[in-house]
Amino acid sequence: MFEAIAFYTFSAVTIAMFTITVMSKNALYAMSALAAGMIMISGFFFLLDADFLGVVQIIVYTGAVMAFYAFGMMFFNTTRLVKENIRAPKLVFLLSGMSALLLVVALVAPIVSDHIEPFYPVVEGVENPQAVGIVLFTKYLVPFELAAVMLLVAMIAGIILAGKKMDESLTLKVDGEDEFQNKGSK
Amino acid sequence: MTMTEFVISTIVKILVVLGIFSALAGFGTYLERKVLAFMQRRLGPMHVGPYGLLQVLADGIKLFTKEDIVPQNSIRPIFMIAPVIGAATAFIALAAVPLFPEFEIFGITVHPIISDVNVGVLFVLGVMASGLYAPLLAGMASANKWGLLGAARTVIQLLSYEVVTGLSIMAPLMMVGSLSLIDINNYQSGGIGDWIVWSQPVAFVLFLIAGFAETNRTPFDLLEHEAEIVSGYATEYSGMRWGMFFIGEYTNMITMAFLASIIFLGGFNDLGFIPGGLAIVLKVSFLFFFFLWTRAAWPHIRPDQLMWLCWKVLLPLAVINVVITGLVLMI
Repeated sequence: MFEAIAFYTFSAVTIAMFTITVMSKNALYAMSALAAGMIMISGFFFLLDADFLGVVQIIVYTGAVMAFYAFGMMFFNTTRLVKENIRAPKLVFLLSGMSALLLVVALVAPIVSDHIEPFYPVVEGVENPQAVGIVLFTKYLVPFELAAVMLLVAMIAGIILAGKKMDESLTLKVDGEDEFQNKGSK
Repeated sequence: MTMTEFVISTIVKILVVLGIFSALAGFGTYLERKVLAFMQRRLGPMHVGPYGLLQVLADGIKLFTKEDIVPQNSIRPIFMIAPVIGAATAFIALAAVPLFPEFEIFGITVHPIISDVNVGVLFVLGVMASGLYAPLLAGMASANKWGLLGAARTVIQLLSYEVVTGLSIMAPLMMVGSLSLIDINNYQSGGIGDWIVWSQPVAFVLFLIAGFAETNRTPFDLLEHEAEIVSGYATEYSGMRWGMFFIGEYTNMITMAFLASIIFLGGFNDLGFIPGGLAIVLKVSFLFFFFLWTRAAWPHIRPDQLMWLCWKVLLPLAVINVVITGLVLMI
């Protein structure tokens, strides 16, 4: 019974949060609701005894959504409303509704018809992180390593793109000598 | 144990932990002022009660009865919810920390841990990390330039130092082979010689330094650096909402002290003639004192020095430490 209570609480809060994310015109509301929703999803993983994935959900999404906040801080005044320019609201509604419906059908169909067979069922006596590790380093080893290499490439590219003049310290410069003024004088 | 018993015992544990740790957080402010005062040859709070012991109570009354001001242009709901996030995440993080060894009371064996998640360390660090939404949201919602600067510093500082925390405990975790704090504790059950701090001194120092940055303590308290950005994210706050940030901060300090003593300093194992429960209290008290000691001994550092320290010194050291530990474990 307690599991049912927990499940319905978490799902109600998650849906409410993501609704706010989509509907709100205030950037700060949207981002906060997104973060809250992402953290609430971890509750489902804990209910399913997938502790490791639950914690990863919390850690990854605190970091990832934080990046949105940084963008929000740089590009918007978060205390003002964002004007949305939607030309064809009916079309947007139809397309997003259809894709949501498609997702639900695709995920529910195998459950309804009982055609699910777990290739790697939960092994009794093996703890959750170890189970994840075993699958990750046997069946999914190549995709895992590929993803790691891709991330490394992306990181190095990011550093090179952003890292011009990183060895110069802005705080140690004399006033009137900063980058913008140099550009202006050229 | 039936489901109902489990729920009741968990609720009792939650209430006990909440009560004790919010009181301890309040008492921590008194301790901090006293310790700093002695280190600077002052007396500190002396007027309320014997040796100023009731100062905490007086501060509490002041905070509770102050007017709760919400500035005009701020985003009201988020401004009001931000301090709650700070206090709540600090307490939720405590849920997976084993505070004491098991003991018996009225014939019932009590496990002094609210929820024994088998990824305990990750859970505690992850939830503490999500506590950084408190200063971030507070700064962004309060429509104040100092607040915004404080929020920007939050993102930079806490996200960077989380990387160091994670990498520094990776090496001890590789040795133990488990993410459960209880397993880590049991790994060091053979007395002082078994403490992980002897085999992982670098990781211990890195973890402590990153802990200072994550709990926003001097020398890394740039989020609310009085001399530069008034009070950072907390500029617009007053009364109990301001107080809640500090309950969160002190609870985080205690959690960090618990984590450091469980992972590196032998946890709640018996220490010679000292029983385990007392041993961990002593270790946590010493680490808490160490936080205050550092505050008295070190000045603030500049934000660029902070970033330099994180990415150019601590991070490479942590990675090298992990690689060397891996090599030693393999050979």
